[in-house]
Amino acid sequence: MAYPGSLRESFEAQLNSIRDQGLYKEERFIHSPQSANIRVEFPAGAALRSVVNLCANNYLGLSSHTEVIEAAHKALEERGYGLSSVRFICGTQDIHRELEKGLSEFLDTEDTILFPSCMDANAGVFEAILGPEDVIISDRLVHASIVDGIRLCKALTDTYKHSNMQHLEQKLEEHRDKRVRMIVTDGVFSMDGDLAPLDQICDLAAKHDALVFLDDSHASGFIGKTGRGTPEHFGVKGKIDVITTTLGKALGGASGGCVSGRRELVELCRQRARPYLFSNTMAPPLVAGALKVLEILNRSTERRDRLEENTKFWRKGLTDAGFVIKQGESPIVPVMLFNAKLSQDFARNLYDEGVYVIGFFFPVVPQGQARIRTQLSADHDVSMLERALEAFKKVGDNFGILGLDKKGIVAKFGM
Amino acid sequence: MEAVILEYIRNEYLEDDDEDTELDENTPLISSGIVDSFSMVSLKRFLEKKYNITIPDEEASAEAFDTVRNIVSVVKKHQGGE
Repeated sequence: MAYPGSLRESFEAQLNSIRDQGLYKEERFIHSPQSANIRVEFPAGAALRSVVNLCANNYLGLSSHTEVIEAAHKALEERGYGLSSVRFICGTQDIHRELEKGLSEFLDTEDTILFPSCMDANAGVFEAILGPEDVIISDRLVHASIVDGIRLCKALTDTYKHSNMQHLEQKLEEHRDKRVRMIVTDGVFSMDGDLAPLDQICDLAAKHDALVFLDDSHASGFIGKTGRGTPEHFGVKGKIDVITTTLGKALGGASGGCVSGRRELVELCRQRARPYLFSNTMAPPLVAGALKVLEILNRSTERRDRLEENTKFWRKGLTDAGFVIKQGESPIVPVMLFNAKLSQDFARNLYDEGVYVIGFFFPVVPQGQARIRTQLSADHDVSMLERALEAFKKVGDNFGILGLDKKGIVAKFGM
Repeated sequence: MEAVILEYIRNEYLEDDDEDTELDENTPLISSGIVDSFSMVSLKRFLEKKYNITIPDEEASAEAFDTVRNIVSVVKKHQGGE
């Protein structure tokens, strides 16, 4: 009851400051299953609109896949809704262990431990395996959940310039007195869609006796010829010491994550990782759904192949239309607008044209690097992408930015 | 001293192709995101080695390291100067 008016005002002032900076996040209500085409209520109370979805992490289109839903239903009937326990008390069913084994095979690792999410996996793993005598050397653009996990760990921290191997090597040399040097990187960086040079990172790790930690959340299931992730793409499968990834994106999109890698490190997580020890086990329907996802991916590469085709079509379409995009090959395709307000206005106008995207700006991306992040799915078909492309061209033309480079856009709208 | 520290920051923290970031002794480093809290470690190590001083962890705060001007005063204090 001790919530006096002055305290309420102080919290309200913080919220207002978030609004004033244009950083206030509003949820949009979706009235359909997750898909390439969704029905959205935005703003709250507005009539529903059917829009092409270009901002889901549903890379393989498995979030609402019939077989996955059926498998989850079956588990719901046979194994129940929840387990009301953490893993090590009475929260481990045979299917949890089966999923861990399945993920180890899929990722080509020695062992795997499930977490409620990859955020939890990243929050728990560093503290469980490293101590004050160690150093964590991370890429400067790693995901926020890794940053949080590193903060909870007593190891010394250092960073290297984004994907800059010379700088990384310099850091490995600087810290050669440490017991463990752990290089930490994302496989695919979520804001730029670029791939970390894992082959070079593994070479440096071998040369300097360092461990490699990889968060492959934006790669597992579709990067690499059979979708095993960035290690497959760079030919270093089996060489990564710790992989964390999520079941909440391409691999079914429900929730859950894991730490996968060297047997002893996984076992240490089972003994010490706090989000594993003090958080509920994954619900049986989600576990069964994820097992089905692995079965589908082991059966055929059709979905990741279609995603690759869609990505090529989309990247070429945007480039030919005269947009500035971040070059690369992943299905994360940022359309660069540089100016924060422009990114918001652009996203709003696209919504009016039936395309659902989000504009990102500082502090989510660096100052002056505002963008619309588009994400492809195997569920998109060519007609949807053509429609979306027409909308992008129309809005781009209205703002007069088609064919302009960075300098041109900045001259027109400012940073 | 300002010039030496500025050069270190430019080399260590700015991307090689960064032409947009202006840097002088009053540029906010940490509050602007040029230097994040993890990366501060290398700046502290550089200063300690270069000027042969020891900066206690509690003095290497985000405020004390936020501009080159502030950093210079931390270094001078530990050099036994001003």
